[in-house]
Amino acid sequence: MSDPIWVEVCDAEDIEEEDVVRFDYGDRTFAVYRTDKGDYYATDGYCTHEKFHLSNGLVMGSVIECPKHNGRFDIPTGAAKRAPVCVDLTTYPVKLDADKVYIRIPS
Amino acid sequence: MALVVQRRDYSLTGPESERAREKGLVAAEWYVSPVPRATMKALMKRRNGPAIRDTLIWFGLLAIFGAAACLSWGTWWAVPAFLAYGILYATPADSRWHECGHGTAFKTPWMNEALYQIASFMVLRSATPWRWSHARHHTDTIIVGRDPEIITERPPLWKILWMQLFDLYGGPIEIKRFFLHALGRMERTEAEYIPSGEFPKVYREARLCLLVWLLVLAACLYTGSLLPAMLVGLPTFYGFAIVLAFGMTQHLGLHEDVLDHRLNSRTIYMNPVLRFLYWNMNYHIEHHMFPMVPYHALPKLHEEMKADCPAACPSFLAALKEVIRALRRQKHDPAYVVVKPLPSTARPYQYDREATPQARSEPL
Repeated sequence: MSDPIWVEVCDAEDIEEEDVVRFDYGDRTFAVYRTDKGDYYATDGYCTHEKFHLSNGLVMGSVIECPKHNGRFDIPTGAAKRAPVCVDLTTYPVKLDADKVYIRIPS
Repeated sequence: MALVVQRRDYSLTGPESERAREKGLVAAEWYVSPVPRATMKALMKRRNGPAIRDTLIWFGLLAIFGAAACLSWGTWWAVPAFLAYGILYATPADSRWHECGHGTAFKTPWMNEALYQIASFMVLRSATPWRWSHARHHTDTIIVGRDPEIITERPPLWKILWMQLFDLYGGPIEIKRFFLHALGRMERTEAEYIPSGEFPKVYREARLCLLVWLLVLAACLYTGSLLPAMLVGLPTFYGFAIVLAFGMTQHLGLHEDVLDHRLNSRTIYMNPVLRFLYWNMNYHIEHHMFPMVPYHALPKLHEEMKADCPAACPSFLAALKEVIRALRRQKHDPAYVVVKPLPSTARPYQYDREATPQARSEPL
């Protein structure tokens, strides 16, 4: 696998405060978040419990709740916070550049 | 002429489980009605107020009816008094167990967890195993061989349903499981859906629950009266009828092995008293399609979705009649299921007839 690359996701304002959007890149899918404090984060798109996309979930502060089973993750760290999720999410670095959101993913 | 359909194996460890997987019914993608994201975000919003209010009302009513039942102890008035107390004990315990298990009743997590543990104990369910059982129920709703919460198979087992009027089938199974868990053991079926990392928690909870029941038993022996157990423990049995009736209307008589909750779940209009007892789970299609919407927002979600759903049953009684009629018919014709017409505004049912050849639908 070659070095990670920065990939443009969307305009910063395309993600509302306390919300999440889906971002697909190749055959991979991600969830990109904006927390209540206005910070941006990215994780793998699917919940680690079952294959349901987190972009349909609910962002509460810096926590994402899966739309299917209500499992919760801490967005900044990806840590599993509430059953039925037990496995942490993989997180990805995010940066803002010229009002655009980028995530750093393995190419 | 009735079709001959071989009785299926509803266990989670039998051949139907593999069959469901082969047919792509396991952890599959389900049909979702279109609801704008902004609307859904508003509906998903968590609040503490409604659940705190309802919890205070519930425990207040339990105190009042419990006191009335105690005062009438030894007279014939005890019969209606304990019946009311039992229904008020078991029915909301079931619905609060359910909603708090989803973590949607309160905004504050510890409040959900506290009421979840209390309600689980009251309704005689092991808290952690049932959390996982219910997660599976939502992943594979009414998929034979996968869903551990199918009330009865087709053709229906009437004996079990009659026993469940007083929790006499499920109750003893749960008590056996409590003892098993307290001894540090797990049933094979439970191990199908509970991760091993959760086992120590299961064992701790079981030991704590058994300790409380031992205290109740000790209180009965000390006072020489059944009264303590009539207040804590036994209401789960003698007050279970409405829990069963609510449960029966959720999915029975509808499709198995489909990936569209509009085909396997039932939404019913109920009066405010029943909706208080049931915490709005009468909006069952809505709940299954969007389980992150809290109970207090389900009526609004229903309004958002109803153009894409079959008409709701007009009343609890009408829903019960529909279920019992379907079950009676399934006794001789297990392929029979109720299919309700969709309004012209709805998208078609997501239904693969090839995947469920044993189902024979008939519109109402």
